Amino acid sequence: MTKDEHFEWLLWLADDALILAQRLSEWCGHAPVLEEDIALSNIALDLIGQSRAFYAHAGQLEGLGRDEDQLAFFRTDRDFRNLLLVEQPNGDFGDTIARQFFFDQFALLRFTHLAQQSFDTEVAAIATKALKEVRYHAAHSAEWMIRLGDGTEESHQRIQESVNRLWEYTGECFEPNSFQTAAEKANVLPHAESAHKEWLATITSILSQATLSVPNGTWMQKGGRQGGHSEHLSYILAEMQVLPRTYPDAQW
Amino acid sequence: MVNEAIQAIRKRLLDVMDPELPFLNVMEMGMVREIYTDGEGIVIQITPTYSGCPATDVIADDVLEAAQSIHEQSRIEIIRSPAWTTDWITEEAKKKMERNGIAPPSGQSADKAYLLGKERVIPCPRCKSAETLLVSAFGSTACKAHYQCKHCMEPFDHFKCI
Ligand SMILES: [Zn+2]
Repeated sequence: MTKDEHFEWLLWLADDALILAQRLSEWCGHAPVLEEDIALSNIALDLIGQSRAFYAHAGQLEGLGRDEDQLAFFRTDRDFRNLLLVEQPNGDFGDTIARQFFFDQFALLRFTHLAQQSFDTEVAAIATKALKEVRYHAAHSAEWMIRLGDGTEESHQRIQESVNRLWEYTGECFEPNSFQTAAEKANVLPHAESAHKEWLATITSILSQATLSVPNGTWMQKGGRQGGHSEHLSYILAEMQVLPRTYPDAQW
Repeated sequence: MVNEAIQAIRKRLLDVMDPELPFLNVMEMGMVREIYTDGEGIVIQITPTYSGCPATDVIADDVLEAAQSIHEQSRIEIIRSPAWTTDWITEEAKKKMERNGIAPPSGQSADKAYLLGKERVIPCPRCKSAETLLVSAFGSTACKAHYQCKHCMEPFDHFKCI
């Protein structure tokens, strides 16, 4: 991989985590029960921690003096490389859980691979730690999928709608694009096609436990990896970046 | 001379507490790896516990301040590999947790039992009953899960195995 590709790879990892964390933190003080308020905020905190480590590493690699804050707060939507999935609005609690469920299962596969690759030992170290955290996240979201799917008539119907609604954003996790090809060649990301199969097998098994059906749609949204985002990202960034952009030298 | 300073720093770090577990110091938590000299000064290696643990920055600042009070030319190095594990918490520290109402991490760090859906038996730190219930895997801080004792009804934190 070239240095540009190496940097790009780190942005994928960091941006996915940061944007999802920003979304999850919107639940702080608003979740349906106290335990979930704490759980979602804790998960957001883990993700922010992961993104900080990736940004700091990316900034050092780039060598232009950009630190984690520069990369998080002073890039525009076109520069962000996150999946469209993670920028989708929180919706109701079911939408948030379904989004998390799809992402956690993807993150498990990705971090397992990242922890084992030897191209970048710093990434392997961050991933080894992140993997331990993501296992807890994945257990949490899977448990909720089953609880909601196999719950009341209303919870079943609503979580199925969430699954159907978000389905078209899952393909992007395994999108075969030119960067993915380069990353596979360098063995720094799991092989898209086989990872997609593995992901689908786990998703299918958990959804079936949840008495939910797997959507059969094959048309998938894409563009996030190339900086083509939905309007949602601009609003997320506006809120997240307003303070450092207004007071660039603010310290607290 | 420098070796003496390193020894003194090691001793001083016994007074640097984890802000989220104020009865435990950073050495007991297993967060301090090597302390060495590289010619420019003394380097203290710290391994973060959780990626997003807000205490990490505070701990690094406190460790630096403690070290610099002994040797001006000291600095912190964050080491992520190998990743921190609850296996590094000393046995004495685990006993202190229990005395302070927190069920300590038990067994091996790879908490596969939980991941496979089988819940571990976490005895109540108050009455030692094994009849406890996992309320939420996410507790008051990133490192803790929330339990309740079915025997004495005490709600308590369990320091998760990672
Ligand atoms: Zn009890």
